[in-house]
Amino acid sequence: MTKFSAFNVARNAFSASKSWPKQWRNPEPRASYDAVIIGGGGHGLGTAYYLAKEHGLTKIAVVEKGWIGGGNTGRNTTIIRSNYLYDESAGIYEHSVKLWEKLSQELNYNVMYSPRGVLMLAHNVHDVQSSMRHVYADRLNGVDNEWLSPEECKAFCPPLNISNNIRYPVMGGALQRRGGVARHDAVAWGYARGADRLGVDIIQNCEVLRIDRDAAGTVSGIETTRGYIKTAKVGVVAAGHTSVVMERAGLRMPLESFPLQALVSEPIKPIFPCVVMSNTVHAYISQSDKGELVIGAGTDQYISYSQQGGLHIAAHTLEAICELFPQFRRMRMLRNWGGIVDTTYDRSPILSKTSIPGLYVNCGWGTGGFKATPGSAHVFAASMANDEMHPIAAPFSLNRFQSGRLIDEAAAAVAH
Amino acid sequence: MSHANRLAGRGRIDRSKPIIIQFNGREVPAYHGDTAASALIANGILHVGRSFKYHRPRGVLAAGAEEPNALLDIDRGNGRRDPNNRATVVEAFDGLVTRSQNHWPSLKYDVGTLNDMASPLFSAGFYYKTFMWPSAAWKRVYEPVIRRAAGLGKAPTVPDPDRYVHSHAHCDVLISGAGPAGLAAALAASVDGSRRIIIADEQNEFGGTLLHDLTSTIDGLSASDWVAQTVATLSQRSNVRMLPRTTVVAYYNHNHIALNQRLTDHQSNPSKGMARERLWQVRAGEVIAATGAHERPLVFAGNDRPGMLLADSLRAFINRYGVTPGRNVVIATSGASAYQAAIDAKSAGLFVTIVDYRKRDEIGDERLLATQAGIEILDNHSVIGSTGRTQVTGLIVAPKTASGGVGDVRTLNCDAVGMSGGWTPVVHLVSQSRAKLVFDTALDAFIPGEAYQSERSAGACRGVYALDECLANGHEAGSGAGAAPSAKSSEATGFEPVRLMPTNRQKLRDKAFVDFQNDVTAKDINLAVQEGFQSIEHVKRYTTTGMATDQGKTSNINALGIVAGALELTPPDVGTTTFRPPYTPTTFGAFAGQARGVLFDPERITPMHDWAVKKGAKFEDVALWKRAWYFPQGRETMHDAVQRECRAVRESVGIFDATTLGKIEVVGPDAAEFLNRIYTNSWLKLKPGRCRYGLMLKEDGYIMDDGVVARVADDRFHITTTTGGAPRVLGHMEDYLQTEFTDLKLSLTSTTEQWAVIAVQGPNARDVVAPLVSDIDMSNDAFPHMSMREGKVCGVPCRLFRVSFTGEAGYEINVPSDYGEAVWEAVYAAGQPYDITPYGTETMHVLRAEKGFIIVGQETDGTVTPEDVGLSGLVSKVKADFVGKRSLARPDLVAEGRKQLVGLLTLDPDVLLDEGAQIVDDPQAALPMPMLGHVTSSYVSPNVARGGTGDPQQSGDGRSIAMAMIAGGHSRVGTRLYATTREGFTEVQVTKPVFFDPDGGRANV
Ligand SMILES: Cc1cc2nc3c(=O)[nH]c(=O)nc-3n(C[C@H](O)[C@H](O)[C@H](O)COP(=O)(O)OP(=O)(O)OC[C@H]3O[C@@H](n4cnc5c(N)ncnc54)[C@H](O)[C@@H]3O)c2cc1C
Repeated sequence: MTKFSAFNVARNAFSASKSWPKQWRNPEPRASYDAVIIGGGGHGLGTAYYLAKEHGLTKIAVVEKGWIGGGNTGRNTTIIRSNYLYDESAGIYEHSVKLWEKLSQELNYNVMYSPRGVLMLAHNVHDVQSSMRHVYADRLNGVDNEWLSPEECKAFCPPLNISNNIRYPVMGGALQRRGGVARHDAVAWGYARGADRLGVDIIQNCEVLRIDRDAAGTVSGIETTRGYIKTAKVGVVAAGHTSVVMERAGLRMPLESFPLQALVSEPIKPIFPCVVMSNTVHAYISQSDKGELVIGAGTDQYISYSQQGGLHIAAHTLEAICELFPQFRRMRMLRNWGGIVDTTYDRSPILSKTSIPGLYVNCGWGTGGFKATPGSAHVFAASMANDEMHPIAAPFSLNRFQSGRLIDEAAAAVAH
Repeated sequence: MSHANRLAGRGRIDRSKPIIIQFNGREVPAYHGDTAASALIANGILHVGRSFKYHRPRGVLAAGAEEPNALLDIDRGNGRRDPNNRATVVEAFDGLVTRSQNHWPSLKYDVGTLNDMASPLFSAGFYYKTFMWPSAAWKRVYEPVIRRAAGLGKAPTVPDPDRYVHSHAHCDVLISGAGPAGLAAALAASVDGSRRIIIADEQNEFGGTLLHDLTSTIDGLSASDWVAQTVATLSQRSNVRMLPRTTVVAYYNHNHIALNQRLTDHQSNPSKGMARERLWQVRAGEVIAATGAHERPLVFAGNDRPGMLLADSLRAFINRYGVTPGRNVVIATSGASAYQAAIDAKSAGLFVTIVDYRKRDEIGDERLLATQAGIEILDNHSVIGSTGRTQVTGLIVAPKTASGGVGDVRTLNCDAVGMSGGWTPVVHLVSQSRAKLVFDTALDAFIPGEAYQSERSAGACRGVYALDECLANGHEAGSGAGAAPSAKSSEATGFEPVRLMPTNRQKLRDKAFVDFQNDVTAKDINLAVQEGFQSIEHVKRYTTTGMATDQGKTSNINALGIVAGALELTPPDVGTTTFRPPYTPTTFGAFAGQARGVLFDPERITPMHDWAVKKGAKFEDVALWKRAWYFPQGRETMHDAVQRECRAVRESVGIFDATTLGKIEVVGPDAAEFLNRIYTNSWLKLKPGRCRYGLMLKEDGYIMDDGVVARVADDRFHITTTTGGAPRVLGHMEDYLQTEFTDLKLSLTSTTEQWAVIAVQGPNARDVVAPLVSDIDMSNDAFPHMSMREGKVCGVPCRLFRVSFTGEAGYEINVPSDYGEAVWEAVYAAGQPYDITPYGTETMHVLRAEKGFIIVGQETDGTVTPEDVGLSGLVSKVKADFVGKRSLARPDLVAEGRKQLVGLLTLDPDVLLDEGAQIVDDPQAALPMPMLGHVTSSYVSPNVARGGTGDPQQSGDGRSIAMAMIAGGHSRVGTRLYATTREGFTEVQVTKPVFFDPDGGRANV
């Protein structure tokens, strides 16, 4: 393993990059593993990484039906923040932000975590009340979040239109300065490289077809398109397709899958310094390091597995962007795509054991799980290793839908 | 010299209409019919831009939408400036102002070229491997530098003055592309007049490749005459709509297609008010993709110098625009089609040499034609490099050897190069339609496979290249009767795929470009493969190949081929990337259309809106509604106005516009039973003429909505909902009615906008209203609180509710909307002796908070049960079932310590809490600090005594009041807690949530 560093980049420049090795191997699946993670997105790869690194498991595989990072990890608008309302949410997202802050060093892979500030706009009295509730709750939870007047919003984000000539003028905003963005592909690749180095087999183009149990009802193995794999521990981390995978173990999940769209503009010189989100008019925007404006929409209305949303959803988002930033009206959309997001009833994730011993599930991140990648992977790995949910993960168990102990961030009106 | 590179007697430009455009401040003479690219080439301006990463000098590569290099900033004046325009599709007009971009300080001297020299450092993905130390430096040091270096042009900085519009259309056949295949399809599909046809083409003229074909004939006519005749024929058919300058940008589900039509960009003086672009949304019975093919560059070192074009694009510049980048042309090719470019160049009087990668015996008839034209052909040759800086000066070539190497190298002097590495069908739309793409080895290309939606393809888009076959193919796709147009053409097809030109100078190869705009080289792609990136999507993301503004139109297949070669796989085993909309970059404005300002979202206003505006009301947005928030008089602040309004209602009478509350008419024999199942309380025994406050839960047991319901007759109810909840409630009810309670007979009708609702509240309310009412006994006994009567007010039929959300006696007068303003004025006039005071939503909020009435969505947030807000009395214990009943029994919903509604009084009556403030027990506790709940409502009340009791006698001194949801709240009444403030904490007293008239006597008088 060649360490990534400026020195090695320079050294390789003179050897025509001949010595850079594979970032991860491309192994054949073995006959059995101690643990198998289904789903090679950021959460799945991260789980394997922490299982190997912190819990001493050695025979681990990540099986991915396509190419790693090709699901929502590689499709999302990469907004990272932890200023959620409820204690449980603040707990897991803040755990995550703390890991983000050191992730490049941890992985020796530049994931380009850029805490440039996430500004969430309020457009009516109700928004203001809700924002203030978040600001105060976060303050007491030790999560930074501050309230800005419209003028302060403008100072923080100069392109923003705070005039009264728009349909829903900006009444202020909640700013988390430690929030920001990161490079999505690098998160998948960085975890993959790190996990591979610790001996994890990353098996791509391998779809899980069935999850089997032994006579005692415990997980015993999985049937895949690349053959049968024996294992007693399976973690399902398949985002929008979790219901499909879990059905292959005979379990029904309380999830609905929707297309969620995003788009980018042509690249331009730096013009947009932060992340702006508006739940009321449905628009999320930042500028990538490459110069593209990265814009996210709300989910399509209909459940679907087609990674293609309707025109009206993307159009509505651009209407909102053009209201808030009328100078961007002449900018051009370069690419528009969709991902399938797995939403729960209360818009909070599921990290849980299941009725099948040895089968664990991590899903339900819906429109906003990229930000949670390191934190979720970290506590899920601990839960799988110890067969007991980590305290940060415990509130997100499946049984909350029976008990009614919901963590209703939906009611608190958030997304992404 | 002006027009130095213009060729005599050629082109579709209009030499009688000279125009002048600007490039970097310099005047560039051109003709009507030129593009910005052809105008620049005509004047010898070949170096027009700098590449993304290495800032290499670049010129025009292509002649159409696939152009990766020649990106211009265009300024049409008055804020109409935008970056990244492909010079090849910008129509020139007199006064067009263009600038090159991505350089500093100038196009000629660009500091960024240093990157070119240091390029080994900037290999694929280098930024993932460095810039990590120290950890905070990424955001502060490295990222700003990288961001400044990246990006191409500069974003517009002022609001766009242009207008964009939308149109919707249906058709039987939508044809995308008006080249030979598309035109033949249109002719065939439209001939019998029975089908509605739309044919769209992104170019200003129909004809596609025929516009630069000077040698073929169709049905005995020259290509251009055939195009003219066909366009004339089609325009006479009333069932055909022709849309030039219209790009089919996206293909959605259910044959829903988006087209973007450019209306004014080509005009120097568009008439005022004319929209710039029109986005068409078309539902097509069938789509015919006749989108053609893009030529591939050859991949060799230095294949990117200005003056080096795609061969057929060079031909287009020569034939269609009468311009050439140079007089001494080398055509470098691995296929047959480029021979026509050579022959056309020769006939335009240029000096031409052909370098063909193929062995002599692999070359077809085209060889003879070229030889006859007097063109020298170097067959079995590789291209190894090029010379020149801001314009190519030579091409370095060498014969291939049997062992796969190359022989002696020589340099062909030249000032223009046309290169051809074969063709890539434009399958973007087909792919967007979710049809399968299949790899055709003979064509070395992905072509449309099995269709997924009602769609087919014709011509070069499916790899059918010969003109005659294209026409036949289009004709067949149009499923027309009769004979297809028939062509005679000397153009040959077929090519040998070559991924990387063999070379003996490996080092040079570092600069063999695959993706020109993003500066991705063959070496980058090989490095990605070496590092384990084996899926094409991974290679794409790691190297950024195909991610530039041209979306890889000229590079995707070359990249795929190189990856396949490195892995010793076939291209389909490496995979093809999914094509994502839009086909070419499309303005945000086109998608947003007219939806700006008041048209962004419909504004709902009440019949009394104008009256409120005249009275100087301030408004707040509640859902789509504009609601009067308060009515300041003179220079009153909001606070002063609200205090005055609050006092007026308690002391005399106020008038309030309650129209926005949702209203649903429930009619049918089972109406009462339906309400019984939807609401938590009971409805069967409610008498006609009586009202009841109803509470509604979601399936999860949490409060969804509330409102007063009147029974109008045995089989008829008048329901009110919250303003924001109205659509949701109707949807909820319909959902249950249609899927769960199918045994019930009734109908639901939204009547929100049918009734104007005028609330008259206060001790003098009856005295104001009664004189205006006929047919109703207004006495307290005959018409008590919580009842409803039908009658007339001011002679207008009305439903008069005696209800109160203020705690005062009062009425809500429902009259048909058209009468709303007149009745309002009459009530207002009648109230003058009592100083009747119009009040807004803020005062309404304060008054109801004084009474402890909840507002759904403010006290509740989707996690609150009736018990939590003290309304368990409204939950029937006897009903067998109602929506949410089962969930109410879940363990967490009956657990100890749930948050419950309480009142809060700050110890200092002048301190006003923030709504959203958190409540804690111990403000000294360490973070994360345990929180008990939060403030839901907080106001200054003029009617609550500073001591805290609602004694009207003491009104006037006033104090702050608040409502809060607090864990175990009911048992904390009487204790003290702390609430957060902007500065820290303040101490509060927990009370019952009723601050005024706790017995509720005032509403009943
Ligand atoms: C358009 C869009 C914008 C978003 N924006 C944001 C944002 O700004 N901020 C934010 O925090 N979050 C955002 N999200 C959400 C975020 O992307 C996801 O929550 C997160 O990336 C999920 O990561 P994951 O690893 O769980 O899932 P994924 O990355 O989707 O990985 C799941 C993997 O499982 C694989 N799989 C599925 N079935 C099988 C099977 N049978 N066998 C083997 N493998 C299988 C899939 O191929 C996939 O690779 C956005 C999502 C989308 C779609």
